[in-house]
Amino acid sequence: MRYEAPETLDAAVGLLAGESGTVKVLAGGTDVLVQIHADMIEPDVIVDIKKIAEMREVAEVDGAWRLGAAVTGKELMDNPAFNAAWPGVMDGVRLIGSVQVRGRATVGGNLCNASPAADSVPPMITSRAVATVIGPNGTREVPVKDIAVGPGKTSLEKGEFVVSFQFPKRPARSGDAYLRFTPRTEMDIAVVGCAVNLTLDDAGICTDAIVSLGAVAARALVVEDAAKALIGTPVDEAAMEALAAAASAAATPIDDKRGTIAFRTEVAGVLAQRAAAIALERAKS
Amino acid sequence: MAKQYITTTINDDHVEILCDPTQTLLDVLRDELDMTGTKEGCGTGDCGACSVTMDGVLVCSCLVLGIEANGKKIETIEGMAKGEELHPLQRKFIDHVALQCGICTPGLLIASKALLEENPDPTEEEIRYWLAGNLCRCTGYHKIIEAVEDAAAEMRGN
Repeated sequence: MRYEAPETLDAAVGLLAGESGTVKVLAGGTDVLVQIHADMIEPDVIVDIKKIAEMREVAEVDGAWRLGAAVTGKELMDNPAFNAAWPGVMDGVRLIGSVQVRGRATVGGNLCNASPAADSVPPMITSRAVATVIGPNGTREVPVKDIAVGPGKTSLEKGEFVVSFQFPKRPARSGDAYLRFTPRTEMDIAVVGCAVNLTLDDAGICTDAIVSLGAVAARALVVEDAAKALIGTPVDEAAMEALAAAASAAATPIDDKRGTIAFRTEVAGVLAQRAAAIALERAKS
Repeated sequence: MAKQYITTTINDDHVEILCDPTQTLLDVLRDELDMTGTKEGCGTGDCGACSVTMDGVLVCSCLVLGIEANGKKIETIEGMAKGEELHPLQRKFIDHVALQCGICTPGLLIASKALLEENPDPTEEEIRYWLAGNLCRCTGYHKIIEAVEDAAAEMRGN
């Protein structure tokens, strides 16, 4: 195995495009090193993208944030302005692994590892962040929801990687939240996860909403019917019931050691309600 | 694959190492430098036995390539005591009998030290959450939490 640590995007693209063997992009390494250790992957070349300046920046311009894909969870947790701007995204980031893991793990890696249970992915989807993807054919913009396509699989072409995420400017009276169910409150993998991002008007009526479920399908889902249940309502009890029903109806989980189909389906609805309630509070405050 | 030359600072000592690109920082510490205070538990970032700090950030050394430590500042359990003088956390772990077999202890000490540097007066809940990435199969954790609380109090000067 060869290790390369290019310092520019062009150099990284050249390395990834020019390599005939198996190449793996290394960000925080908290999944990649485990996969190497378990002989799940045997890369000929590791391309460490952490030395590329664009990938390590967190910046805000006129309310719109750009987040480098190789920024660690800890670095985001230590950024009060980003926490205030996107508390729901941070609900997810804060739940990734342990303190040790968050010291290395990145939002870009959490997304591109393509686990259906990745905690930062549903709130990244509901933030409507757009990934800037670079590769041998140049740069393209891809909504976060379209990056992971199934367990361990992404829509990235050979030689492509995510450089950064562009968040839209948030309207006033907006709030987002992410919750997951796990047997243990820390260091566990989501049995179900749910993110809600909503916007209210002056009268407290929901004018916009997006709901995403994790760990109940092969990839994180965007649940259109769940959003419709909230839009046009004051997010009252009736809307919450419709939200839960839509979330449960959209869940297509598997039975595994972490939870049954019946349990996950029901919990999807419960978490959607609870996440919406937190997002609502945040939108009002 | 040829070995690669890296330089790091480990516990304030300048260190030059030839390491294989597949070696983790944990492998480098234990196998190349004979610094066996840092333990390997799971090798997958779940148990925290291999905790070290890199540029002040708490990490699992099993999830860092040795090469990635190039130019970084590493702190391990071997640097915690100053000569014969134990760090307050080390003394309090002994006073409270916060260990039995001892395999998790270096990682817990390094993780606890990192916590107290960020938060000198943590609540019990904050200590438990911070140490959630460090598994101990002997103590049941209670004595560890007490030791960290006691050490924190001493380090704050009460």
